[in-house]
Amino acid sequence: MTSLQSGGLSLRNLSKGYALADRQLSVLNGINLDIEGGSSLAIVGASGSGKTTLLRILAGLEDPDRGGVTIDGTPVRGVGTERAVIFQEPRLLPWLTVLDNVAFGLEVRGTPRAEALERARHYVRLVGLSDFAGVWPRQLSGGMAQRVGIARALTVQPRILLLDEPFGALDAMTRLVMQEELVRIWGEEKVTMIVVTHDLEEAIYLADQVLVLPKGEDAPRLIETDLPRPRDRTSPAFVRQREALLREFGLH
Amino acid sequence: MSFPDILRTAARSLTLPRLPALAILRRYGLLAAFLVLWQAASKTGWVNPAVFPPLDAIAAALWKGLSTGALLDDIAISLQRAGTAYAAAIAIGIPVGLLMGQIRLVEQALDPILQLFRQTSALALYPVFILLLGLGEASKIFVIFWATLFPILLATTGGVKEVDAKLVEMARSYGASRLTVFRRVILPAALPAIFIGLRLSATTALLLLIASEMIGANKGVGFQVMNAQYNFQIPLMFAAIFLLAGLGLLANALLVALQRRLCRWSDRTN
Repeated sequence: MTSLQSGGLSLRNLSKGYALADRQLSVLNGINLDIEGGSSLAIVGASGSGKTTLLRILAGLEDPDRGGVTIDGTPVRGVGTERAVIFQEPRLLPWLTVLDNVAFGLEVRGTPRAEALERARHYVRLVGLSDFAGVWPRQLSGGMAQRVGIARALTVQPRILLLDEPFGALDAMTRLVMQEELVRIWGEEKVTMIVVTHDLEEAIYLADQVLVLPKGEDAPRLIETDLPRPRDRTSPAFVRQREALLREFGLH
Repeated sequence: MSFPDILRTAARSLTLPRLPALAILRRYGLLAAFLVLWQAASKTGWVNPAVFPPLDAIAAALWKGLSTGALLDDIAISLQRAGTAYAAAIAIGIPVGLLMGQIRLVEQALDPILQLFRQTSALALYPVFILLLGLGEASKIFVIFWATLFPILLATTGGVKEVDAKLVEMARSYGASRLTVFRRVILPAALPAIFIGLRLSATTALLLLIASEMIGANKGVGFQVMNAQYNFQIPLMFAAIFLLAGLGLLANALLVALQRRLCRWSDRTN
């Protein structure tokens, strides 16, 4: 069910290339895709397939060469308040405490400081860092810092959450915990979630649909991964999904 | 690893108790030994006491100068010269540095001429400034200003240019305007680098102050050093020299304290 303000996206003929020294390198070739509001999509592909470029276009940090994106029917131009990005690195401001970092997005958007801090406090609690609200970023572990980044994005209450390999820099254990937490938060906040990842298991664990970006001119493929939640990485259905995805990459 | 660090590590590996007295000895032991050696060498006649008077004679000269107010006047005029020049260097160096760090065109246009000016010794230019501005206060303040401007300007420019572009992009992704990015990301990020420039310049300001007061001045701590030497008041000469060292230490301590306050988040303060 898609309501008008639900964070549904529509990509039409989206194309982007880069000028190299001797030739034009095209990374996205006319992508068409509809993403339902409140759903979750993972974007996978080999490096150079343009998955990060696609996410940056959705974020409004880059412009497509051709085609466009609409969110709930409105064309996207640049960054917008209905979206928030979680980067691979936490990108915390080292001179602000955890709480002030989480409130940063809201303050930038003009929310009065007291109200911003109030809401930030809620999301600091949601990511389990209440005891660290007054701490400097340099005192945090990698996983904790990334949680602060997630809380900062959630605090602006976006309709669409864009994540660029959010757990790529974390150790394997922390990554599993964070994936679980992200699914929990996604369930609570009712946002549309778009995750770029190179980890196929992560893609199946997080997403309802996986977009496989090919390298070169082939058309991208969309694979349904609507397993029941909570998902068990060791269940036969999960393993079958994983094998199906591996086949997409010609690996088996 | 700096030398005190090595000593500290060595002390720890020997499992010496960390007594405060020991810490003080480690830190100030050599300084105390130097002063004791000076006093002893002067008193016993190892060195000519006329050239190296004992410390008590220097202390007496310092006290006399301060209590009669003679040296206080010199301190006041010196601080006024250095302070005016330093304030002007900050007032121009930081804004221009911020602009140069932000706007490539400004940097490209200004950089060659600034590099040329910077490489030209301020002392070599002092005669030029005297010709232009006369032998009074203006040329003295200007030569200090000239020498203190460049460290502040270049440190600020460098600090702004080294701001992590990823942080800027993060702020932009939340819809921050250029001004907001500048105020909330670039300025705080560049602050530690700016302080490096400020501390360098404070040292330079005192150096140029003395040089300028040795030529054509009739007041000021630098003038006192020169004047006392002419009149063979060697204890007074050393008193003025120690006074200058004290001013330098005080200026640095003030800047470090300010930096600690403003950059509590950073552990780059040393």
